Amino acid sequence: MTADTAPILTVRDLRIALPEGADRPFALQGLDLTVHPGEIVCMVGESGSGKSLSAGAIMRLLPEPHVHVAGGKIIFEGEDLLAKTEAEMRKVRGNRISMIFQEPMTALNPQKTVGWQIDEVLKLHMGAKRKERQAHALEMLKRVHIPDPESAYNAYPHQISGGQRQRVMIAMALSLSPKLVIADEPTTALDVTTQLQILKLIRDLQKEDGAGVLFITHDFGVVAEIADHVIVLRQGEVVEQGPADQVLNDPKHPYTQALIASVPDLLPPPPKPVTTLPVVLKGTGLRKTFAARGGLLTGKRKAVVAVKDLSFELHQGETLGVVGESGSGKTTVSRLVTRLLDADAGAVEVDGTDLLACTPRELRGMRKHIQMVFQDPMASLNPRKRVVDIIAQGPIVHGEDPDKARARARDLLELVELSPAAANRFPHEFSGGQRQRIGIARALAMEPKVIVADEPVSALDVSVQAQVLKLLADLRDRMNLSLLFVTHDLRVAAQLCDRIIVMQKGEVVEAGFTAEIFANPQHPYTQNLLASIPGRTWTPPYRKTDAA
Amino acid sequence: MLIYALRRLLQAIPVIILIMIGTFLLLKLTPGDTVDALVGDMGGADADFIARMRAEYGLDQPVWVQLWRYMVKLATFDMGQSFVYEQPVATVLMDRLGTTLLLMATSLSLAFSIGITLGAFAARRAYSLTDNLISTLGLVFYATPSFFLSLMMMLLFSVKLGWLPVGGIKTIAGFYTGWDHVVDVARHLIMPTAALSLIYLSFYLRLMRSSVIQVADQDFVRTARAKGAGETRLMVHHIMRNALLPAVTLFGLQFSTLLGGSVVVETIFTLPGLGQLAYQSVIQRDMNTLMGIIFLCSIIVILVNFLTDLLYARLDSRIELS
Repeated sequence: MTADTAPILTVRDLRIALPEGADRPFALQGLDLTVHPGEIVCMVGESGSGKSLSAGAIMRLLPEPHVHVAGGKIIFEGEDLLAKTEAEMRKVRGNRISMIFQEPMTALNPQKTVGWQIDEVLKLHMGAKRKERQAHALEMLKRVHIPDPESAYNAYPHQISGGQRQRVMIAMALSLSPKLVIADEPTTALDVTTQLQILKLIRDLQKEDGAGVLFITHDFGVVAEIADHVIVLRQGEVVEQGPADQVLNDPKHPYTQALIASVPDLLPPPPKPVTTLPVVLKGTGLRKTFAARGGLLTGKRKAVVAVKDLSFELHQGETLGVVGESGSGKTTVSRLVTRLLDADAGAVEVDGTDLLACTPRELRGMRKHIQMVFQDPMASLNPRKRVVDIIAQGPIVHGEDPDKARARARDLLELVELSPAAANRFPHEFSGGQRQRIGIARALAMEPKVIVADEPVSALDVSVQAQVLKLLADLRDRMNLSLLFVTHDLRVAAQLCDRIIVMQKGEVVEAGFTAEIFANPQHPYTQNLLASIPGRTWTPPYRKTDAA
Repeated sequence: MLIYALRRLLQAIPVIILIMIGTFLLLKLTPGDTVDALVGDMGGADADFIARMRAEYGLDQPVWVQLWRYMVKLATFDMGQSFVYEQPVATVLMDRLGTTLLLMATSLSLAFSIGITLGAFAARRAYSLTDNLISTLGLVFYATPSFFLSLMMMLLFSVKLGWLPVGGIKTIAGFYTGWDHVVDVARHLIMPTAALSLIYLSFYLRLMRSSVIQVADQDFVRTARAKGAGETRLMVHHIMRNALLPAVTLFGLQFSTLLGGSVVVETIFTLPGLGQLAYQSVIQRDMNTLMGIIFLCSIIVILVNFLTDLLYARLDSRIELS
């Protein structure tokens, strides 16, 4: 939009070499990009596309010599960054180019106060007296809308919330009015309402300072929210770039089209007439408090009410979504209904039998009716076991003949669209999406009536996410399964769930048919959640039937 | 804070009682008692005399009665009489405590500071020649038993070169005072300290090396780089501060193993410390002294662990004492 002014950053034909033995020789092949003052350039791609490494190259912070720039030019305000010495680069970093990172918890030093860490940038580049620096830091904290800047200044990172930590990061990055800000997935680790606030904040501050922003993300919703210019990367190659409006609504390259088609749209399925079907899973008056611990001989901890009086019904063949932000108690719900955690009160009826009243022996028998799919497919599969054994283990424990169980495991692999050759391999040999398929096969091996899925697609790239969601929906319809689907992602919920429960701080604030809630949310919290979905005004031009 | 200290004190009491009961019973299981040892020293005595001595020391009672009597006395911090030294155990222990504490404090602080410095140094040049050299040296120290190291050092520095005294805490006929006394004691402590600290030094070295490598890889170090911080600044403010934490934990843990290690070293270098006393008490079956040593040591270990926890809480802002 400001193509007539001189660009802040020009990258020409940038190539980054990977060490020998990597999956490809170059992490980045021929990246060209330009950032103008006041412009937000979004670099989008899936994991492994080389987007974070390009940021590292501009900052000259690649893990050299293993990964290094093999060719190309990076011109920043007319100076060649690649020709600078390390000492000269140090004067640029944090001063004229600054960076905002993904995970605000780990990106801040846990042993230093917020004030100290902001002051460090000022000490390195500002050359002012201590008093002035402190005044400036407080001013910055005010600019990023941190409540009570004085107390935040003296707080340690673990004493403030995730959203506030990211605000501190931004205050730190913008404190010297840099010409270029590189933001590497700055909102990925945040709740959706916080994400929207942070995106707004970045946009507002950048407008005030007239800085250029290079914004790295994997989320097209975020792109729609913030970008002026979009660059789409795949496997280190630029497949498409152009103005945001054009790339989002009229993508030319098939890969961009497929990516955009994978973004779940916000049109929930029409309400199914499920209420007539039998109830397979029923929770009544569920309650869980993580008790205050301690007493005379140990430390004390406050009691936390995780779930407060929750009741729900799940019908056969239905998908019930449990949505909410972190700390809402949605994961506790998934543990309670599978009795991985014991509830303080209430009942969970699976097919009419109360799971919570079962003796340990009865419980073991009941387990096969209700199975879980977990969030992190790497952590939830035993790394020392072959896939076939992981899947067959459940039935074998329940007394099935091992040979039969293994044979069925192979069939299940086919069902989740993996090749039968996968059976004899180990979990680490698979990609994230494939691992989640194994996790689903493992759950299906028990022939359960209900599957409880806790954020099963949160760790996956968007195109893989679409495939796994499609698989889940297919299996649900073919096998007449009931799904209890826990997620923080409203787009995913909209795509898959017939009904949803919205939770806040352990309480259900709203429940009903997804389509109705999305069309007409009643509770202010739900309204706020829906209004915070990134890119909610943008409807992807391609339907998921075209791709995936 | 005060409440925390009080609670730790309360927690320590059952621990000490259990240790004392356990050791008492364990010692009773060993064949022979003080009277056997004394009579053995005297070259034999008639059965009547032995029986009378047993009755005098209370050793004719059943084990439970002996234990009960001992624990009741201990509750008033009375550790009884030493059978061998014919003095109150407390006096015997206090005589020896200084030497041992001096040896341990110097060994541990040397091991800690040198180990950490070398470890951090090796980590910053990971997989280079310097690192390999330091790591190999650490491995050699780690693998060498302290008794072997002691004997070899004695052979080299005392016997062959004649630079350092073979044993003892001071030159007996020297009657040094003032600074001369300090220098004399220091000369006597060089080899024992080295023998005791080298193994522990290698622990810290290895721990610190891996800890620094790990912390240097963390996101906040990258953040600091992106802020334009130089290597020295990174190291001092961001890496060391966080990498030190596991080393502090080890510090508290090692204190107790060090007490065990001092038995060997003090015996070899004939240092009049608790370790040597413990060794002799075992040989002479001096029950009261041995129990006294264990009592004192458990108090020292608990105290040191408490201090380490305080230090840790001071170093790690995320830990709150409550």
